[in-house]
Amino acid sequence: MNADITQWDRFLASFFDLAVMQKYLPDIVDGFLLTCHLAILIVISGLVLGLILAVIRAYEFWLTSWLIVVFADVMRALPPLVFILLLYFGLPGVGLNLSGYAATYVTLTLVLAAFSEEIFRAGILATPKGQWEAARSTGLGFGQSLAYVIMPQAIRMTVPPLTNRTIAIAKNTALGTVVGVGEILNQATTGQSFSGNASPLVLGALAYLILFIPVVVFGRWVETRFAWRRT
Amino acid sequence: MSDTPILDVQGLRKSYGKLEVLKGVDLAVRERELVFIIGPSGSGKSTLLRCCNRLEESNGGAVIFDGTDITAKSTNINAVRQKIGMVFQSFNLYPHMSAEGNVALALRKVLKRPKAEALERARAALDRVGLSDKAENYPNQLSGGQQQRVAIARALALEPKMVLFDEPTSALDPELVGSVLEVMRDLRTAGMTMLVVSHEMRFAREAADRVVFMDEGHIVEEGPPEQVFGDPQMPRTRDFVSRIDH
Amino acid sequence: MEFILQNFFNWDIVTQAWPLLLRGFGMTLILMAAVIPVGCIGGLTVALLGQSRFRAVRWLTIIYVDFFRAFPPLVLLIFIYAGLPFAGIDLPAIVSVCLAFLLNSSAYYGEVFRAGIESVGTGQAEAARSTGLSGFQTTTYVVLPQAIRNVLPDLVSNTLEVAKLTSLASVVALPELLYSADMARSVTFNATPIVMAAVLYLVLLWPLVRLLSRIEHRSMGSR
Ligand SMILES: Nc1ncnc2c1ncn2[C@@H]1O[C@H](COP(=O)(O)OP(=O)(O)O)[C@@H](O)[C@H]1O
Ligand SMILES: [Mg+2]
Repeated sequence: MNADITQWDRFLASFFDLAVMQKYLPDIVDGFLLTCHLAILIVISGLVLGLILAVIRAYEFWLTSWLIVVFADVMRALPPLVFILLLYFGLPGVGLNLSGYAATYVTLTLVLAAFSEEIFRAGILATPKGQWEAARSTGLGFGQSLAYVIMPQAIRMTVPPLTNRTIAIAKNTALGTVVGVGEILNQATTGQSFSGNASPLVLGALAYLILFIPVVVFGRWVETRFAWRRT
Repeated sequence: MSDTPILDVQGLRKSYGKLEVLKGVDLAVRERELVFIIGPSGSGKSTLLRCCNRLEESNGGAVIFDGTDITAKSTNINAVRQKIGMVFQSFNLYPHMSAEGNVALALRKVLKRPKAEALERARAALDRVGLSDKAENYPNQLSGGQQQRVAIARALALEPKMVLFDEPTSALDPELVGSVLEVMRDLRTAGMTMLVVSHEMRFAREAADRVVFMDEGHIVEEGPPEQVFGDPQMPRTRDFVSRIDH
Repeated sequence: MEFILQNFFNWDIVTQAWPLLLRGFGMTLILMAAVIPVGCIGGLTVALLGQSRFRAVRWLTIIYVDFFRAFPPLVLLIFIYAGLPFAGIDLPAIVSVCLAFLLNSSAYYGEVFRAGIESVGTGQAEAARSTGLSGFQTTTYVVLPQAIRNVLPDLVSNTLEVAKLTSLASVVALPELLYSADMARSVTFNATPIVMAAVLYLVLLWPLVRLLSRIEHRSMGSR
């Protein structure tokens, strides 16, 4: 009985030491903010780049299409951590110094661009041919038809898969810790090794829950909301 | 009715790979004329229609519309398409736009009209097909007949010289067919030139100037409706007409 | 040009690092062979629990799924690997990895299977039950085969993600492909070993990406 209590106390002391938590809270908050803005930057630039690539590919010039396919395949097949390490450790050798932050940003932006390009393209292909024909028959050009008629429908169709993919890639900001980006995970493990106590890890876990539970729930909502049927 | 045809199809050929779908089709449509095309499924009716506004590229022959050969590479096809409306079997309304949005899009982006003017003209076109009260409805809030009338308004709003109809009523429930035919009848009265693929025989008898029977990529027979339906000259026409005209 | 060759495609380093990387590649294959089935079975269990008659069980599975989807997989892995020792539980790296993958992948696979099961109309189950099949038989012989076919693209896509995730094991010093490559890099001060790892990953996973592109486009079109 007594032994149990001390065990429990030891557990509390290792995982919920309030003094340690208080000490490292500011670091975790810093990490939280960094994770947020890194994720937001990646989401914006990745989706924009993916959309641009999908539009270029819609024109079906063989050279650009081929380049985009190769790019999308490589970025989807490679584990992102491999690419981060490649940029971070490889580029200095050719005189280009990339910070860990930049390496993570570039990698995840390209990965999101690759995935979203494929998703947008699937949406464009899934838009019925009759929509193109109707648009073209009224004299709209290819680009106009794409912009005003096809893309609005394609994007709408792609919202659920895109949301899920975007969330998954935003979470990969945690990979930055490997190249020294001071995001949540990095702050938590640093705090843990300095204090010799697991409480900073618990704080980090809480930070992730606070950040991503709403996002995951939002993804769930999007999935039901955009189950969109044409008549 | 003037004598120079507004649409002159000359020796038109079209193949999909090895399959030859149009084997040299000649067809002239004069201004204010309503020409009906009938024929068995797969005979090339839709393909012929779609070559007339170059939704399909032909492989030989010419399509002269209002003096220009639209099959020529140098032709600005988007400019021509403003002048040739098209109505599809499956309506093909843009589902993300309201009825007036559907009609106004080309007015704004092709004719570059200001938004207010485009919407005004869109409403006028919708009024013409009896749908002024549905201007703000989205396609999924409209019946099939209403959707098809919006599609007709979309074609009319550009003030085309001619409208192509590809089986405009075949996707409709029988009780909705009448409303679309009525719009087409009004168009005919107003003097619109129309090329119609359809099997609405009653409508053809009462409204068509000429009926063209197509089979296997050829025009087999053409003439006034009384003749093609009542006294077909060719055995294949006779066979086809006897099967559909009850 | 010379510079780039020297730094990224250095043949001397390729020959030196090759044995190490090959061993790492073997470990990566073993990892994949372990964590993919673990995740699949876990996910199937989660999905079936999600269809439970009891509302409480259904809610618990939703909470489970959303909880573990909220954590980046690396966070889960590091917390298990670095955190559990504080609770007196010392796990070898490979067990930590498998545990992290079980929690993370079962949540994702669970969502995929759930969508699949829900895509099969209730008429199917009713027809099967009406012929005297038990609930278990109905699920195994009638519902699941259709469910899996309906979400095949998502299953393949998720499996691709899990396969790539094995590279995270390098962070907890499990000597798989990326870890071996990074070792070789830090010894040689040259990025060539990482390029080699990238090539090996591409050789292994590119066919899966191609397959995915095929079946994904087909499924969007039929929607
Ligand atoms: N895009 C296409 N590719 C290949 N074959 C086609 C295509 N469109 C039509 N066809 C073929 O061309 C023939 C004529 O089609 P169509 O003009 O649609 O006939 P109709 O409208 O008279 O029923 C049919 O055999 C059809 O299968
Ligand atoms: Mg047809």
